[in-house]
Amino acid sequence: MGKTIAEKILSKHSGKSVSAGELTIVMVDGVMASDTTAPLAIKAFEDMDGNQVWNPSKVTFVIDHASPAPNERIANLHKIMREFAVEKGIRLYDVGEGICHQLMIEKGHVKPGNLILGADSHTCTYGALGAFSTGVGSTDLAGVMLTGKTWMKVPESIKIELTGTLQQGVSAKDLILYLVGQLGIAGANYKSIEFCGEAIIPLSLDSRMTIANMAIEMGAKAGLVSTNGLKLGYSFEHLEPDPDAFYEQELQFDVSKLEPQVSIPHSPDDVRNITDVQGVPVQQAFLGSCTNGRLEDLHEAANILRGKTIHPQVRMLIAPASKDVYLKALRDGTAETLTLAGASFLTSGCGPCVGTHLGVPGNEENIISSSNRNFRGRMGNRNSNIYLASPAVVAYSALQGKIADPRYAMEVEPECI
Amino acid sequence: MHLNGNAHVYGDDIDTDRIIPGKYTKTLNLNDLADHVLEDLDPDFRSRLQSGDILVGGSNFGCGSSREQAPLALKAAGVSVVIAKSFARIFYRNAINIGLPLVEIPHHEINSQDEISVDLESGRVVNETASKEYVGTKMPEVMISILNAGGLASYLKTNKNYSI
Ligand code: SF4
Repeated sequence: MGKTIAEKILSKHSGKSVSAGELTIVMVDGVMASDTTAPLAIKAFEDMDGNQVWNPSKVTFVIDHASPAPNERIANLHKIMREFAVEKGIRLYDVGEGICHQLMIEKGHVKPGNLILGADSHTCTYGALGAFSTGVGSTDLAGVMLTGKTWMKVPESIKIELTGTLQQGVSAKDLILYLVGQLGIAGANYKSIEFCGEAIIPLSLDSRMTIANMAIEMGAKAGLVSTNGLKLGYSFEHLEPDPDAFYEQELQFDVSKLEPQVSIPHSPDDVRNITDVQGVPVQQAFLGSCTNGRLEDLHEAANILRGKTIHPQVRMLIAPASKDVYLKALRDGTAETLTLAGASFLTSGCGPCVGTHLGVPGNEENIISSSNRNFRGRMGNRNSNIYLASPAVVAYSALQGKIADPRYAMEVEPECI
Repeated sequence: MHLNGNAHVYGDDIDTDRIIPGKYTKTLNLNDLADHVLEDLDPDFRSRLQSGDILVGGSNFGCGSSREQAPLALKAAGVSVVIAKSFARIFYRNAINIGLPLVEIPHHEINSQDEISVDLESGRVVNETASKEYVGTKMPEVMISILNAGGLASYLKTNKNYSI
């Protein structure tokens, strides 16, 4: 029996051939933890009598979830991370450097074919460049810091083949929201998803990251995007599944007629065509997160907001995914365009995505957000409503004061399914 | 180990944000976590919970983030075991790693306040109130060893490495 991409990567890291369903011990290429998970991981590492980490050059800490610190309790957790990083000689990205997943890819800590574990569920983002990456908790992460290994069950795989071309005003975010709606929040539980097909080939790395990022919103262990068409500035081995590899499910979808998608409160898999939800008033628009806080996303918003002013009843918050993204947006005028339109820039990092600080909404307020989760209370107030959408929808809705279809901004005739 | 307690029953897809909201996760003080457990799902849960009680969920319990604070909050609040029709992957590992027992029963009929007894070794669960008996899905050996050690930290402290 041939192998899926997940089976190939996990076999290589097990030092033997493994297939779906088998338990195996894998050697890990790198680990990452954020300020939500690193302090507990440090504590667990100490409880394990850990002294040196297995390989300091392969451990990354990022202060991004509540950054800069909003109170003394969190400030002291950040301090624990910094002290541990210095003592063990590991890499730490401090306040304002960016979101952990963005930095892992941007700074080159992940390569195609790698096996990476991160103490954050959106670690699956690195599937964008063909790495098998998955989220673990703090104690599992401490175990890897100690041993360089972990145990794992080799997942079964689901193949999703995407054909056709996205219409203007429709992006990778709409595509992945649509798929989350189709498969459901547990539709790929414990499985690895492989995204392939001609619709993937023209996509940028930014867009591929958006797709891989939300694999966890279907419960997937990993979301591997085919590296077909991927350009990284260095050469790498393209992994292909064997022709006779076994897939638990094979799905096909033509993206050509897809319209912008919106996930409505309070679950990411409650997804609607924008035609069904447009007109819902919004009070806050958030552009950012590891799903859609990259340069491509800021460009998308700037194209819609150039020379215009957002609706007076809306506050628009932008948290660039990294300092590098912010710098590029400053240099090419994007940040100025968005600021002139009325948006406010926040520190690069998770920002309002996880409700720890910054941009907490009021009761009964509606938020249009480019992030990945709209669980009740996610942004810090259980009485608010979060709608998830693409950067174009976020920007155009900020302009209109209500959920609005960005295809109208682009003067293209909306095509419906 | 044998556990006995009253059931607190919730539905499908209980996500980690509802188990412990993100804004409370940044602490090493387990009592702070316990104070806000399930707050956005059921604000009265904490006051009704008696130490040793059993939390019962539907399918995909613990979906969402990788925060280990979710099982830690449940454990610190006094939940002795979580029973669900299925668990989200990361939550499942995290709970075992911190020594919170879980039992997966694909089909169960348990109502709030039912008296439940659980035998962890055999995975046998008895709903004493409804006189119904279930057997939970067997965990992989490595997880049983981790749970028996009291969690992954003590497992690795003793064994220094994983064995499957
Ligand atoms: S941006 Fe949001 S989803 Fe992404 S890592 Fe930060 S908190 Fe998590």
